[in-house]
Amino acid sequence: MIEIKDLKKNYGTTEAVKGINLTINSGQIIGLLGPNGAGKSSTLRILTGYLKPTSGTIIVQDLDVQENELEIKKKIGYLPESAPLYSDMLVFDYLIYIAELREIPKENITNRLKELSLLCGINNVMHKSINSLSKGYKQRVGLAQAMMSDPEILVLDEPTTGLDPNQIVEIRNIIKEIGKKKTVIFSTHILSEAEATCDRIVIINNGNVVADGTPEELKKVMAGDVKIRLTVKNADEETLDGFFKNFPNIDSYTIEPESDLFNVTIYSVEDVRETIYLEIKKREWILINFSLEVKSLENIFRKLTKEQDNEN
Amino acid sequence: MKINSIISIGKKEFKSYFVSPVGFIVIGIYLVISGWFLFSTLFLSKSVTLRDFFSLMPYIMSFIIPALTMKSFAEEYKTGSYEMLGTLPITTMEIALGKMVATWLFVLVMLIPTLSYPIALSTLGDLDSGLVFSGYIGALLLTGAFTAVGTLASTLTKNQIVAFLIGAAICFFITIIDGMVILLPKMIASVIQYISVGYHFTNISKGILDSRDIIYFLSIIFLSIMATGRRVNK
Repeated sequence: MIEIKDLKKNYGTTEAVKGINLTINSGQIIGLLGPNGAGKSSTLRILTGYLKPTSGTIIVQDLDVQENELEIKKKIGYLPESAPLYSDMLVFDYLIYIAELREIPKENITNRLKELSLLCGINNVMHKSINSLSKGYKQRVGLAQAMMSDPEILVLDEPTTGLDPNQIVEIRNIIKEIGKKKTVIFSTHILSEAEATCDRIVIINNGNVVADGTPEELKKVMAGDVKIRLTVKNADEETLDGFFKNFPNIDSYTIEPESDLFNVTIYSVEDVRETIYLEIKKREWILINFSLEVKSLENIFRKLTKEQDNEN
Repeated sequence: MKINSIISIGKKEFKSYFVSPVGFIVIGIYLVISGWFLFSTLFLSKSVTLRDFFSLMPYIMSFIIPALTMKSFAEEYKTGSYEMLGTLPITTMEIALGKMVATWLFVLVMLIPTLSYPIALSTLGDLDSGLVFSGYIGALLLTGAFTAVGTLASTLTKNQIVAFLIGAAICFFITIIDGMVILLPKMIASVIQYISVGYHFTNISKGILDSRDIIYFLSIIFLSIMATGRRVNK
């Protein structure tokens, strides 16, 4: 279990983290989500013992980061943003170097490297110089490095930035695979990423936690925000207007004519497609298009982070 | 303090000097300069001695060694790889020691070819082997002190050139400082003489192995490594 207690971090006069409180249970995949400069990296760097907090602290399994730095570092595997590796080393040599510093017994190193190279898919680049690797492979080597000692907690800072869509999917699958047994904390500024991989999403903005919950819970925050689009033919604006004006459970709607069609956008509290369809069926209108758009996390994210900015 | 971690870091750092051409270039430059200074005057003075070789060593080393140490930390800061190293379960002191010892060893490797100088000279005449021995003891201590100072300089900045300049300036300054003592009152002069590398190194290379000189070099090494460990801790 990880407890982040009233964590603050200042860089000079800039307050990067303004009092984050968070409890993370073991065995979860947590996504720290926020725009660039929200304080995600700073929080992760304090957790991994790279930075010292200005005030507040983080407790990892009853150990305080400030006092038991080395003990905690043993429990945490960390992949910093953009995977800074030693570019003049071979992948194999680099991983052995990390294994030695992580105190893996000599006789187990070869086996561990085999396991990791399979898990991270770096089998065919082991003999290459890190210099010559593509961004995606560097990221995987970084991931292998972070998992070297089979740590209980894996911290990944923006693990998919700069990767192509295929690589992103691969890294996500690896994260999910690891997340079955370990606690994984990763930061990202891409929402769909957190939505696809996380058990729990924590949205951070301006150094504060602004939302926290499972992807489903966060979506519920925005319940009552159902958006329905429909296109009808063979109708006229006035009757359409009258039709929706008196319709129950509709918050608002807009009608846009487009040659002989009408595009209608409806915002409502719940999914009212059934009743709308039954009503339209009674008329002479031809229904061309009829779809539901549940508000995605994208909107929640944008709304929460914008609200904050307006307050400041 | 875990010896294994220090050895692992040291091994990696030591190897890194041979991966890039920098190590070989520095060895080459050093051998050319020191060899030229030794042999250009040797046949004129007609005396079989390594005195010039050792007396010039602090001056040459105060530029050669910072060129080797400049990347120790500055490069890791710049590329961000220090973030990975700093989050491994090792102490900053182990990192500092590992890096410093690796560079020191490299400098000693660089000195090995110079052993051919006394061997060559001994065929020409009667070479005082005691002087040569104490000279090399002095070289061992001198390069250790400069390496420790250079490594410390490398923690101060992200920029390798700046790290080199700071390191070279400090090493050169403590080398030449005892040349100025003639102008100063006796009290200050003796203090300055004590902190000067040149003074202690000359003593040793003259063949006087005094514990004061040895302690002086060891304390520079010790203090610089401590400061490096502390500095990196931030």
